[in-house]
Amino acid sequence: MRNVLSIRGNEALLTRANPLAKFAAVVLITLVLALSIDWVSASTALLGELALFPLAGLSLRLLWQRGWPLIIAAALGGWSTSILSADSGRILLDAGIWSISEGSLQLGLGFMLRGLAIALPAILLMSCTDPTDLADALAQKAKLPHRFVLGTLAAMRLVGLMAEEWQTIGMARRARGVGSRGTPSQRFRAMLGQSFGLLVQAIRRASRLAVTMEARGFGGSERTWARESSYSLLDAWVLLGGVLLAGAAALAAQWAGTWNFVW
Amino acid sequence: MPASDAGVRPATVLARGWGWRHAGRATPAVHGLDLDIEPGERVLLLGPSGAGKSTLLHALAGVLGDGVAGDGSEDDADETGVLHLDGGAPRGQRGRAGLMQQDPETQVVLSRLGDDVAFGAENLAVPRDEIWRRVHEALDDVGLAHLPLDHPTSALSGGQKQRLAMAGILAMRPGLILLDEPTANLDPAGVLEVRDAVGRCLDKTGATLVVVEHRVSVWKDLVDRIVVLRPGNAKDPAVLLDGPPDLVLEQARDMLTAAGVWVPGYVPATRARIAGDQAALENAAVDRADIGGPAQLLLAAEGLAVSRERPRRRGFKTIPPAPVQLGITAQVRAGQALTITGPNGAGKSTFALTLAGLLQPVEGHVSATLELSEGAGIDPFKWKAEQLIARIGTVFQEPEHQFVTGRVLDELMFGPRHLGHGGERVDELLERLRLTHLVEANPYTLSGGEKRRLSVATVLAAHPRVLVLDEPTFGQDATTWAELASFLSELLDAGTAVVSVTHDEEFTAVLGGSELRLGPASQSGTRQEAGAA
Repeated sequence: MRNVLSIRGNEALLTRANPLAKFAAVVLITLVLALSIDWVSASTALLGELALFPLAGLSLRLLWQRGWPLIIAAALGGWSTSILSADSGRILLDAGIWSISEGSLQLGLGFMLRGLAIALPAILLMSCTDPTDLADALAQKAKLPHRFVLGTLAAMRLVGLMAEEWQTIGMARRARGVGSRGTPSQRFRAMLGQSFGLLVQAIRRASRLAVTMEARGFGGSERTWARESSYSLLDAWVLLGGVLLAGAAALAAQWAGTWNFVW
Repeated sequence: MPASDAGVRPATVLARGWGWRHAGRATPAVHGLDLDIEPGERVLLLGPSGAGKSTLLHALAGVLGDGVAGDGSEDDADETGVLHLDGGAPRGQRGRAGLMQQDPETQVVLSRLGDDVAFGAENLAVPRDEIWRRVHEALDDVGLAHLPLDHPTSALSGGQKQRLAMAGILAMRPGLILLDEPTANLDPAGVLEVRDAVGRCLDKTGATLVVVEHRVSVWKDLVDRIVVLRPGNAKDPAVLLDGPPDLVLEQARDMLTAAGVWVPGYVPATRARIAGDQAALENAAVDRADIGGPAQLLLAAEGLAVSRERPRRRGFKTIPPAPVQLGITAQVRAGQALTITGPNGAGKSTFALTLAGLLQPVEGHVSATLELSEGAGIDPFKWKAEQLIARIGTVFQEPEHQFVTGRVLDELMFGPRHLGHGGERVDELLERLRLTHLVEANPYTLSGGEKRRLSVATVLAAHPRVLVLDEPTFGQDATTWAELASFLSELLDAGTAVVSVTHDEEFTAVLGGSELRLGPASQSGTRQEAGAA
């Protein structure tokens, strides 16, 4: 998981922006897109987002590699919407209970584009934001409690370890005669046992990590920050970009008359 | 004089009748401890497992829960007597003591090298400029200054992780450095790496040191005093012996070896192999003739490329993982030991797990002979779990990974029950590996040595003809070590094939047989091997 979304080696412009500014811009775009299901606002936002890719150090290939499950999910969502939604306008394809009409195709397309347009900013944000920098910004700028923020950050590092541990426990249990193959119910039971093993290891690791952190003086009321989280002119541009993109999407849909407010 | 050097004031430790009972336990972990440690002294703390060494270190680090003095109920932790750091309770003095624990993975807090070193100093509210000055200095002191500050901590080896932890401790400028088996999970090169880094840091800062470690020879020349603790009981004082290293080691040699401490120059007695030399000679002949002889071929690896990672999906494409090691060829024969050695990250464990039918080869084949497979097919990876355990048994480095029940007896009966035969061998294993008194215990509550013995016993209960062990002697005390080595030599003489991944030369010498030495990881494989570092 970590190596797929890692930003190491990414030196694009947006990696230097403050995570909070990026986060705010993403929330703004998502919010506007969530207000209406129509293909004009979604495709406007999508085009704008694709144009921003180079600034985040992403390419279409990288996007496909990192985000293919989301992309396929959006396509499936669109397809099933166009098949299943109520028909309106000319019928384009009729296969018994499934039929695609102009109206349902439009709705399905809107659905798919909107799904993509909402998912993309999140992928964009993750690919140009380091979790440590995000934590710094949340604690220093958003003034969230530092115990909570840093505790979560340290725990997240363990998640990657747990993925390796899961594989090891799976092998270790096979070496004891617990098969992870067989009927679905056998597999399910094997997975429950393996989950329990992982849980035990996770709790042990977490408590040792907690001791390490406490022994390094963590948990006091006052602390300084080695890395200052600061805003720059770039962050104003990021926010402006978010406002413009969200605004353009809404206006384009209003102008084309496709804006349909869902509430 | 730089501001940083002025920051270190060596700490004093004083204990008077100090004791600690963990919450929910009937007996105290430490009882009646009287101890004075002067500023700058370096103390090695020894004692059998259960003597409360870790408890004392945790208390000095101020990370033990709050004790309720004299309450007496079993649900709360209970503290008696006095334990002072610089004349006050350790708990109120954050940053005066720095603690390093055993598991390297949990000594790292943050994902970038520089940030991790800075973490402790940040918590002590050190000003920013001073933090970075300390970070650079500390990384230099532990020999990690050649790495960039944003180097990912996940890419460090075990020894490097422990040195990083040392740097993080140094950046707090503590007066007392506490090391709780800091090298137990490391290979020999990593052990020396960490020991030398600690030595340099102490010489420079003059801080007080308390280290707990089984391997005395590693720390003997670095400390100026050894304190031996008695196993926790509620009557006698906790300190058994206290004095200069040579004197204590001379006086208490027998007692220490009996307690499983690795005293310098002492290799515990083990059972010699009866068939060892003879089999090796026969093996040489068999290799040439490639037929017959008592050393029956059971399992062979040909042109094997191994990796822990599964094939990855990139969009619609499936990409095979980059192997850590290529072109391995090896043979496993009945009654013979095969030892796999090589540097960190060479893919030793990965190879062993592939050979054991637990990982799929990236390239090449693992094939079982008819003698071993008995009709189950040629490829061990394709065997069902029940077929596998009756043929190839694998003992993992971490025993807890293999526990599948909540009771020692169930744990041992698990294999035989699944195979549908009785536990006729279980009693013998219980007896032989001294687990009889523990049959009702929960496997997770056993000591390190007991867990290791149990994990070997559970795998053997299924009668495998090939036994694969991943670093079986890591972190074990001398008693468990000797028992394990003797037991395996018996198994070998009885015709079981033993494949072990190990750094332990003395262990290899006891088992005899042949050695497969793997070179450094292949260039295409970038990932460090997890766990086996």
